[in-house]
Amino acid sequence: MAYAAPHTQPLETSTGVDNRKLLMWLFLGSEALFFGSLISAYLLYRNRNLTGPFPRELYDIPFTSVSSFILLMSSVSMVLALAAIQRGDIRRMRIWLVCTALLGILFLSGQAYEFTGFYDRGLSLRTNLFGSTFFVLTGFHGAHVSIGVIILLSVWVRSLQGKIKQSDSLTIELIGLYWHFVDIVWIVIFTLVYLLTGR
Amino acid sequence: MARAIPGRSPVTMADALRQARGAGEPYRGIWSWFSTVDHKKIGIMYGVAAFLFFLLGGVEALLVRIQLAAPNQDFLSPDQYNAMFTMHGTTMIFLVVMPLGVAFMNLLIPLMIGARDVAFPRLNAFSFWVFLLGGLFLNVSFFTGGNFFKGELGAPNTGWYGYAPLTENAFSPGNGVDFWMLGVQILGIASLAGGFNFIVTILNLRAPGMSLFRMPVFIWMSLVTSFLLIFAMPVLAVAMFQLMFDRLFGANFFNAAAGGTPLLWQHMFWIFGHPEVYILILPAMGIISEILPTFSRKPLFGYPFVVFSGIAIGFMSWGVWAHHMFTTGLGAAANSAFGVSTILISVPTGVKIFNWLATMWGGKLRLTTPMYFAIGFIAMFTIGGLTGVTHSAVPSDYQQNDTYYVVAHFHQVLFGGAIFGIFGGIYYWFPKFTGKMLHDGWGKVNFWMMLIGFNLTFQPMMVLGILGMPRRIQTYPDNLGWNFWNALATVGAFVIAASVLVFIYNVIISLRNGAEAGNDPWDARTLEWSIPSPPPEHNFDEIPVVHSVDDFWHRKYVEDPKGRPVPVPAGAAVATHQDGRDGGHGHGIHMPSPSYFPLISAVGLPTIAFGLIYSYALIPVGVIILAVGLYGWVLEPVSE
Repeated sequence: MAYAAPHTQPLETSTGVDNRKLLMWLFLGSEALFFGSLISAYLLYRNRNLTGPFPRELYDIPFTSVSSFILLMSSVSMVLALAAIQRGDIRRMRIWLVCTALLGILFLSGQAYEFTGFYDRGLSLRTNLFGSTFFVLTGFHGAHVSIGVIILLSVWVRSLQGKIKQSDSLTIELIGLYWHFVDIVWIVIFTLVYLLTGR
Repeated sequence: MARAIPGRSPVTMADALRQARGAGEPYRGIWSWFSTVDHKKIGIMYGVAAFLFFLLGGVEALLVRIQLAAPNQDFLSPDQYNAMFTMHGTTMIFLVVMPLGVAFMNLLIPLMIGARDVAFPRLNAFSFWVFLLGGLFLNVSFFTGGNFFKGELGAPNTGWYGYAPLTENAFSPGNGVDFWMLGVQILGIASLAGGFNFIVTILNLRAPGMSLFRMPVFIWMSLVTSFLLIFAMPVLAVAMFQLMFDRLFGANFFNAAAGGTPLLWQHMFWIFGHPEVYILILPAMGIISEILPTFSRKPLFGYPFVVFSGIAIGFMSWGVWAHHMFTTGLGAAANSAFGVSTILISVPTGVKIFNWLATMWGGKLRLTTPMYFAIGFIAMFTIGGLTGVTHSAVPSDYQQNDTYYVVAHFHQVLFGGAIFGIFGGIYYWFPKFTGKMLHDGWGKVNFWMMLIGFNLTFQPMMVLGILGMPRRIQTYPDNLGWNFWNALATVGAFVIAASVLVFIYNVIISLRNGAEAGNDPWDARTLEWSIPSPPPEHNFDEIPVVHSVDDFWHRKYVEDPKGRPVPVPAGAAVATHQDGRDGGHGHGIHMPSPSYFPLISAVGLPTIAFGLIYSYALIPVGVIILAVGLYGWVLEPVSE
């Protein structure tokens, strides 16, 4: 059994993987079941609405494609932020972190715009099965993006205070894992919920 | 300092070391418990809190049994009766058996794998406080239904499984179900935190040389349980969120008028619920897998088979949930598939039972109280398991569904299994964490009363089920032939209660006057027995190096040519890891700092939950408390 510690961390662990990184992976595994359950409920109730409005009448696929693209791009800037801190370039890391957060906020704004649009056209949590399953699923996803934005901005503030150093790159890596996961969940949602619109 | 003392056995040598060092670290003051991040203190708090909930859940069960003792009684009204069986089930599962298992994991995982603490000590403290506050939150509901002392109970009354749409506003007005769904949600967070922590600890903090297949079986079962926790709890969380959105915000998840189906709830609940069954039983299986080898003075028979059976159970537990739903009309194909998978999952369980029996076979049995409970576990759990197999036959299940036969079955596995295992574990490890032996005579009184009371309570329920008595009825007519068996079950319940009182008495007298335990009172096999009782705060003066399964045993014994254990001669290569060199006081070992932030963060959660029920103004307060706690936690200058 190898006990060599990778260069990024001070602690030796039995597996060689940092404790915090292992924790993050387990957390994301657990989250996969969480979103899996929400998506399953949506799919189970797909096409079972007794009253409208129905998904086909509301979805604006071009618009949501653009906001999905924005979220995808935020993953790119997240990768660049990690690459920057691993090089020791804190200034670039800061830029890319803010960039990621702003793209996240842009995505959330798009979601808020979409939600209000749906609501104005008669869809609420109470209207039908579509309203309940759609808002709860995408709402929980939006909440995850929001928490990610808060974490990104918190780290950005800490780095302005000079508290983030090259040796903290694992922190950025973990935030990145979370961010990419939330992004991937959105790709699944976009495919199963939006593109396979149903009735 | 105490180096090897010539002519004395290694165990007493270790005792001498302990005297030289002082008997563990004294626990300082009340407040140290609020900020502690020590896994042993957290484990003790988990255990004590869960035991208090056990008493509460036991009283609820007694009230149910009094009501059912004779036909046509009016001791509890139907509503009170429903509240009692709901709170009994919810309490015993979420507030007793799960946290008692977690208590053992907390106490034992670091000690058994040779670590100084868990991987995330503050997350561990957070888990405990969330559990405690969640349990209290759930029980507050008793007082919200009007005048408690006039018997107006606000507690949930929809069963521990909370089948929608019964739990919807239309059928369950009042806020009992709100307390239930939010309370269980909070408890789920505690379980998740614990599960993450234990997996990382087990995978990452093992002592040098402790490869996965040198880990004690209890550690393996803890690992499987933790994986089940982190994958099962989020499914329950989603079900509870859906119910929450239905009840509080008017969503339609379980609203048949809008096309919703009750089957959604049942699927989600039992996809959580069946792994949950193994979350409840696997720690107990781990416990007796430690007790049996110690008191048989043999290694566990077929260690890899027991381990792989545990892993197999972990995987298969995800494929059997619909056997809770045979009567919902899933169709012949689904029913057959789930019937077959249910039969299959009994195979690894059976493998374990045979391995335990083979462990005892030919061993030098020492019939101490822990061994009594372990043997009791095997016998009672086997009956429970067999009655479970009868449910896997779909036509048979059609008859048994919703009868007392089911009640008898799951108590047979949860009480005869989990609780017997847990009591065995308490008798076994009590000396390690208190330094005192529990009295063996009273322990055996406790065991026999519990065994007799248990069988008096639940075997009559098997008969009642076959006689057709349905579950969840507040009373029954006189002429159905159920009277005798119900009266017998009530008598049995009180015998169990008396046995628990004997246990409490035993704990009190043993803490006062119990025999000193020493490091290794049972001549046991695993690492926790190599250090003083109670263990010092830092556990190991020097992290041990592990060379085999049951490493501590092999430090004490070699085998003669016939394979019988022979003590290692004094002064040989034993006890090298706690041999009291100048580092023996544990000075200079870096331990995680205490912290109040886990407690502060935990307070935020029930605050938010109260806000959801009573006044949305409380929600931001709870969020701010949570945020302050989490930011303080993250920014706190400690290293774990």
